[in-house]
Amino acid sequence: MNFWGYSISEARVVNYDKNDKAFAAYLAQKAPSSKLCIGCGGCTATCTAGNLTEFNIRKLQMLVKRGENEEARKSLYKCMLCGKCLLVCPRGVDTRKMILAMSEYIHRQS
Amino acid sequence: MDLLGKQQIWKEYQKEIADDNFFYARSCIRQTFFPGSEWAYLDILRNKLHKNVVDDPRHTTCTGIGYHSDVVPVETIMTVVARHFALMTEAGYENLTPSCITSFGIYTEILDTWEHHPEIEEKIREFLWKATQREFKKPRNLAHTSDIIYKFRNEIAAQAVRLLKDVHTGRPLRGVDHIGCHYAKMFPSKGIGGAEFPAVLSGMIEAWGGEPVDYPERRHCCGFGFRNYLVMANRGFSVANSKKKFESMQPYEPDFIVANCPGCAMFLDKWQYTISEMEGTTYGKDGYGIPVLTYEEMAALVLGYDPWEIGLQMHQVSVEPLLDKMGVSYDPDKKYCNSRGESLGKPQCPTYLKVK
Amino acid sequence: MNVAIIGAGPAGCEAAFRLAEEGIQVDLIEKENVTGGNLNNWYQLFPDRKYAGELNAILRNQLNHPQIRLHLNTEAVRMERKGKGKFAVQLSDHSLLECDALLVTTGFKLFDAQRKEEYGYGIYDNVITSVELENKFMNQQLTTSTGGVPQRIGFIHCVGSRDEKICNYHCSKLCCITAVKQAIEVREMLPEAEILCFYMDMRMFGPGYEEMYREAQEKYNIKFVRGRLSEASENQNKQIIIKAEDTLIGKPLRMTLDLMVLMVGMEASEGSKKAATQLQLKQAPNGFIQPADPHYGNNRTNEEGIFIAGCSSAPMNLTDTLADARSAATALTQWLKHNCKHENE
Repeated sequence: MNFWGYSISEARVVNYDKNDKAFAAYLAQKAPSSKLCIGCGGCTATCTAGNLTEFNIRKLQMLVKRGENEEARKSLYKCMLCGKCLLVCPRGVDTRKMILAMSEYIHRQS
Repeated sequence: MDLLGKQQIWKEYQKEIADDNFFYARSCIRQTFFPGSEWAYLDILRNKLHKNVVDDPRHTTCTGIGYHSDVVPVETIMTVVARHFALMTEAGYENLTPSCITSFGIYTEILDTWEHHPEIEEKIREFLWKATQREFKKPRNLAHTSDIIYKFRNEIAAQAVRLLKDVHTGRPLRGVDHIGCHYAKMFPSKGIGGAEFPAVLSGMIEAWGGEPVDYPERRHCCGFGFRNYLVMANRGFSVANSKKKFESMQPYEPDFIVANCPGCAMFLDKWQYTISEMEGTTYGKDGYGIPVLTYEEMAALVLGYDPWEIGLQMHQVSVEPLLDKMGVSYDPDKKYCNSRGESLGKPQCPTYLKVK
Repeated sequence: MNVAIIGAGPAGCEAAFRLAEEGIQVDLIEKENVTGGNLNNWYQLFPDRKYAGELNAILRNQLNHPQIRLHLNTEAVRMERKGKGKFAVQLSDHSLLECDALLVTTGFKLFDAQRKEEYGYGIYDNVITSVELENKFMNQQLTTSTGGVPQRIGFIHCVGSRDEKICNYHCSKLCCITAVKQAIEVREMLPEAEILCFYMDMRMFGPGYEEMYREAQEKYNIKFVRGRLSEASENQNKQIIIKAEDTLIGKPLRMTLDLMVLMVGMEASEGSKKAATQLQLKQAPNGFIQPADPHYGNNRTNEEGIFIAGCSSAPMNLTDTLADARSAATALTQWLKHNCKHENE
């Protein structure tokens, strides 16, 4: 415990101005169909990983789009690549390609 | 920023403010942290504006801090407030002027509740009678003391000894205002200028020659939040809100902050010290903080009161840089003397925040 | 048989022509010096990007009909029911019209964006309305207040709609698709800019609308953020700092915009309110005139012989407005044939 008994809370607001959008740009370029997401959640409802963990593929790609890269990176590996989300997406988002593009970007960064 | 657009909004948020014969309701924490403020207010009203104000020593806390922290039930606070109304009625007054924003919000909220639920008012009348054998009339006019100062801002300007200007360059001093959440966010129609572009304090700054600063986080809460501050583990949440405001206002290089609410004034002043100790950051020029005034202190400086007489030595952030700009003469040796002129000893200096 | 039509916007013009074609004498009353109403403020129309002026010209040319008398710069000052099933309309030029039936096509009024104080319209220099943006399209010039090229532009949906705080519960229907259309138009002018739409729901109700939304995402790279604007403020560079929640990730979001466009909604026009008061027409709580029946009496009102068409009854797109006008003409013709037989015999 520090002298004060508390520390200054960090804001959890998405600071879009400061966030790094290079990941988002990479995703849009490598998996352009990801731009078509309308946030319906069909993918997440059927997700194998999402039924057992907090993995949420809809939210994951939204986080990347807003530059919340660290949070996205932490959840990405939970995907089991079963491909069920690809079957349900009403907008034809190539979710498998989307996941692979994200992994690729993260591997390149590390 | 288009001033005409603001004036359009201000036209819709004007309220009736009584002209004279005020029943004063003190604030709990203002008296402790800014003890000269309320004295200055009474002195300005009585001796500069020649108004009649009653300051009844039997008046107590409104219990707002306890109420907002979930330790005082609503029936209790209503009965305490009803007693204040009774004191006012017994004194033969009908214009209630609380000095605290929390109290102002509470009085407003209670009157509104009674308006919609007369049965609650009846119940509270009964409680008060059983407890104290008192009866009351509701105030004819309820105005915060800043509303009163706002109303007489031009009269104060006419008696001004100095203006909110840099005497060396003639530049209007940049003032950041903070009206406090409970002044207008609960009832925008009860606040001068409303909640989005409030005019109560910025109107004073303008009338006294300064330049009000409209910065992005102007409407944001200071973070007091009652239970968020009262529980030590939650204070990080509280200070983060003030920090957000400081970071947002800093690029405008404000010469001072003026606050409406006793809690806000305290936090905006003292958190600058806390943040400097925790992170080494200061928000004024050359390692100083941004001086924080109450509106009574601001009025008193304009009217030529001695800064130590109005209690500016009680501030955490040094006000001297502001006094120097305004050309206020002061005796540094008298800063920490009591009313008999005896030294009280100097407080310890902060690590990062510069003080004079 | 003659009919007085109050308001020469798209609904009034189309209905006038259709009635005239049926051999009915029409007096078309318009307070402005030009027909077309709100259509005059628009540059291109969704979903086909037709020039609004083109449609306006078609509607205007139809009025060159021997059965139509157009009264421009004329206001219907007083409307009332006379005996024997007749109506009297006192005009601002002091003439008095007598007619067998009335058609109220008084349209809508745009929401006054200044009422959403926290958005800073009229105060912050770089906050404009969707109508002002149309005007910029007409002049093909899109800059910030200081003459710079905007790098990031935000469209704010539902300004004045679906908002209890300004007493409008209703959806104005058109703002979603208008934002999509305008975002695409901005993209065409500014290929490098970042363009975002802040929406609560995307209500793509018309033919081709959803497809246009999809194209906006895929081809025009418009970003859609689900969350209502909470408040806006201005920084030292006169940019707009906005706060919204990105509800799909569940976090508050803040960003700086160079230009903010408010998608202003539709409210009952003053003309509609006046007609409703003078003629004792039932109004919905939002002020629009209530049809006698939502399904098969959509052009009739609670008052016999008084009909409505277009946005006097509810927010409508142009397709629906014109169809509603034709439907009103049919209803009116039938009603006149049935009720004014004695005159013809």
